[in-house]
Amino acid sequence: MTEVEAHLVVVGASLAGLRAVEAARRAGFAGIITLVGSEEHLPYDRPPLSKDFLTDVESPPIPTLREEALLRDELGVHLRLGAPATGLNTTDRTLFVDNEPLHYTSLVIATGASPRTIPGTEGLAGVHVLRTIDDARAIRSALDAGARTVVVGAGFIGSEIASSARQRGSVVTVVEAMPTPLARPVGEQMGAVLGSLHERNGTTLRCGVGVDAIEGQDRVEAVRLADGSRIEADLVVVGVGVAPNIEWLTDSGIELGNGIECDKTLQTSAPGVYAAGDIASWPNPLFDTRMRLEHWTIAAEQGGAAGRNAIDPENAVAFETVPYFWSDWYGKRIQFVGVAAGFEEIDLVAGDLEGDTFVVLYRRGDRLAGALALEQRSQVMKYRMMIAKGASWDEAKEFATARAAAAAAKAANPPPG
Amino acid sequence: MRVMKVRVDTDRCTGHGVCESIRADVFEVGDDGMVHLLNEEFTADMRPQLEEAVAECPTQALRLED
Repeated sequence: MTEVEAHLVVVGASLAGLRAVEAARRAGFAGIITLVGSEEHLPYDRPPLSKDFLTDVESPPIPTLREEALLRDELGVHLRLGAPATGLNTTDRTLFVDNEPLHYTSLVIATGASPRTIPGTEGLAGVHVLRTIDDARAIRSALDAGARTVVVGAGFIGSEIASSARQRGSVVTVVEAMPTPLARPVGEQMGAVLGSLHERNGTTLRCGVGVDAIEGQDRVEAVRLADGSRIEADLVVVGVGVAPNIEWLTDSGIELGNGIECDKTLQTSAPGVYAAGDIASWPNPLFDTRMRLEHWTIAAEQGGAAGRNAIDPENAVAFETVPYFWSDWYGKRIQFVGVAAGFEEIDLVAGDLEGDTFVVLYRRGDRLAGALALEQRSQVMKYRMMIAKGASWDEAKEFATARAAAAAAKAANPPPG
Repeated sequence: MRVMKVRVDTDRCTGHGVCESIRADVFEVGDDGMVHLLNEEFTADMRPQLEEAVAECPTQALRLED
């Protein structure tokens, strides 16, 4: 019997899937690679969709990550785009794409997550989520028409959309059911500080009040809130989080929970099957806890790791990382490194919470657990490295004090030029 | 010994600093919010991490040249 040629199938043609393909080739994988994607587009970059894609004056192109010729000719990838995965049989290693069988020797699942919607708003014109290029185009054209905008959910995506809509001159209200925005990713106090950026830039932020109904016959007219108030709107963007796309795996036997339950090498409960990106839950050795993260950086890093491990399972390497995410609001960059969950103390080490720039450190036990920065691009990654090394709280504070002293000296005695 | 060069596309770089967190002896985000190279030429043993920095740049601002 001849040996079957190795076939790596990557399902999910966004950032994590693309990285899996690239990493496998870079690691010397010479077998067949097939990249399967439910959208008809080549892999494209999603972060710009809530930012420049909405604000650029000229109608922007799709932010494609890799051209087709590069994928086909240089990386030797078979593309199956516009074709959703519909099922998986791990016993005979068969993926079903549009119900057609595709045999694999190794598989990386990177099918991402889908935005949660508000039930009953399907088919109501002017109500959108933002995940895909098609969503972004619809929102952009509503903003072209000067839409009065209501954003439901004051998370990062919702806040970026609000910021972009303001920049386009729209009247914007953000409605958040929780008493403070972003309490889970950065804690209540810092969530409130970030939320104040909205008010300072002319966006109305309504916290602690839920949405009762989205009104309108065929087209949205207003958002009615739980306190009885009513906000007229031409555009409603719902940014209330995402749910991992696991429905197609229900009968696969793969262990599911909050996404796909992976081990520390990103392998799923099925041999030869790995997962990466928004869909993957894995125990992060650096934090000794299971995580499922929806960040650009984790998709890029996990995609690469899953691709490498999938083609060489015997030498699979544990995936560990210090999470990093960013968000751009009103021309200002917010960056967070580490993990805020379970923090015991925060400390402002640079700037001013009411101002346009700051760094706040997060303590858990005697360790540095996280750092949040507003417009402090030169500082934040230094804390990411410290967290990776398990730096103590005292060490981090000393470092911050030294940085502040150096900055003060520089300000008092600026270098020539 | 063969050397590589790293190019930073200053139109694309917005100073995330992911590269710095991978190789702090090569990359550093300055007070101008842009990445600066601390070295100019690199040897082959640094390739895997430089490739990682290129791959994980959120704005695709880095390029390796042989």
